[in-house]
Amino acid sequence: MNAWLKSLLPLLALAFVASTPVAAQNYNNFNPTKESVKEEQLLNGLKSGERLTGRISIPDEKAASLIQPAGQEWRVFHQQKLPIIGGVAILGMLALLAIFYLVRGRIRIEGGFSGATITRFASLDRFTHWLTASCFIVLALSGLNISFGRMLILPYFGPETFATLTAWGKLAHNYLGFPFMIGIALMFVIWVRDNIPNKLDLEWIKQGGGLFSKGAHPPAKRFNAGQKVVFWMVMGGGAIMSASGWFLLFPYMADGGVSDLQLYTTIHALLAVLFIAAMLAHAYIGSVGMEGAFDAMGNGEVDLNWAKEHHALWVAEEQAKGGAPATPPHAMPAE
Amino acid sequence: MARMKFLCDADRCIECNACVTACKNEHEVPWGINRRRVVTINDGKPGERSVSMACMHCTDAPCAAVCPVSCFYTTADAVVLHSKDLCIGCGYCFYACPFGAPQYPKVGNFGSRGKMDKCTYCAGGPEADFSTEEYEKYGRNRLAEGKLPLCAEMCSTKSLLAGDGDIIASIYKERVMKRGYGSGAWGWKTAYKETVSV
Repeated sequence: MNAWLKSLLPLLALAFVASTPVAAQNYNNFNPTKESVKEEQLLNGLKSGERLTGRISIPDEKAASLIQPAGQEWRVFHQQKLPIIGGVAILGMLALLAIFYLVRGRIRIEGGFSGATITRFASLDRFTHWLTASCFIVLALSGLNISFGRMLILPYFGPETFATLTAWGKLAHNYLGFPFMIGIALMFVIWVRDNIPNKLDLEWIKQGGGLFSKGAHPPAKRFNAGQKVVFWMVMGGGAIMSASGWFLLFPYMADGGVSDLQLYTTIHALLAVLFIAAMLAHAYIGSVGMEGAFDAMGNGEVDLNWAKEHHALWVAEEQAKGGAPATPPHAMPAE
Repeated sequence: MARMKFLCDADRCIECNACVTACKNEHEVPWGINRRRVVTINDGKPGERSVSMACMHCTDAPCAAVCPVSCFYTTADAVVLHSKDLCIGCGYCFYACPFGAPQYPKVGNFGSRGKMDKCTYCAGGPEADFSTEEYEKYGRNRLAEGKLPLCAEMCSTKSLLAGDGDIIASIYKERVMKRGYGSGAWGWKTAYKETVSV
């Protein structure tokens, strides 16, 4: 039985070969005048993101792309998806912050201002922070303008004024990308050692950072778990924004042409709205949201009571080093 | 008013590139910018076809939809034009355009994009017809002179047709009926959401 089957195999193989049209045979019966490539077949045969390309005699390889259906998807992303994602992320964050402010109010220094201060951020820290932050604000505003300005503010300015404004915004966006990247790199160098996650962070997260309950102050070193999250978000977000932005800055350097640029703008825009939403929360808690917090990045000197409540272990370390006053000279009563 | 369209009958195109040259010369298009080009599909294989392609002046044009400064407008003849005074050279129209029509001079910072340039259907721009400003920014305004785009007028095999969509579609249809074959109205489905049914 087995041997009989085996003897049949070559025959079967031969039958298969005979029934398979060979390319060369096809061409013999081919009338190149009548039969030709058909646009519809070619377009239907394309996979997502592929382009209909051919050969071109002008010295610009990128012009060899005849039709790129992915442009339609990019349009849908830019015109329909991005406004929804951006709107939910940014307006949603503003709404959350407003609710948080109404419910929790401004987080006060429970011990009141002690009058004594401790150096929280030296000038290099603050320079790095504000270099990055000021670039970020201009980048964010000009970026939001190029994505949503036509919808939101063009009707008020009129086309000429709006186009001039947007052209300046584009220039600012292109140039300020560089100091922003420098700021991100500097931040990594000066703050990474204080942002390595450890066991203390678990406890901080378990207590919700004390954000939602008065009197709760989970111990923290120089940076608490919340600040570490912000740090790593800025590092990751900054790196991806920089990389995608870099290719968009030099459009003629991107190898793959339009497909790559579509991908980079999509990543850049998606991450940008999330980044802006996250930084709104960061700016809130560092200013309006918490009494005494702004001083850290303002003049760099924070009140000792604020420092003890939010970064008790860090204060202890500083005091041990002798870099901070041991006890507040005039303790003031709580409000 | 007419609904102006382009139709390239690829079964007639011989890839002579006269349309490309005519366009470049008529509008003094600078080096490195091609408002029109000829792409050969399946080059060297039986059944290869060459297609002359430029801005198709789409219905519901993607470039106009995504432009951050809304610099595009559609004329009464359904020609999609743009204002170089408003254009900021961001490249969005290039990302969205299915046909690779938007071109940019490399003049901006870091050698990036200057103001976008594309096929105007030989219809100039927002400036006054036949003005020097219009010619310098957009090229000749043949439509205002009562002439059709030079690329199509120049086509030696009458492969590239320009004119009212219904008229050029009927010309193409007649050809396909007579000769018995046709590779399709390239780009029509993408640009006009309809194709020439034969």
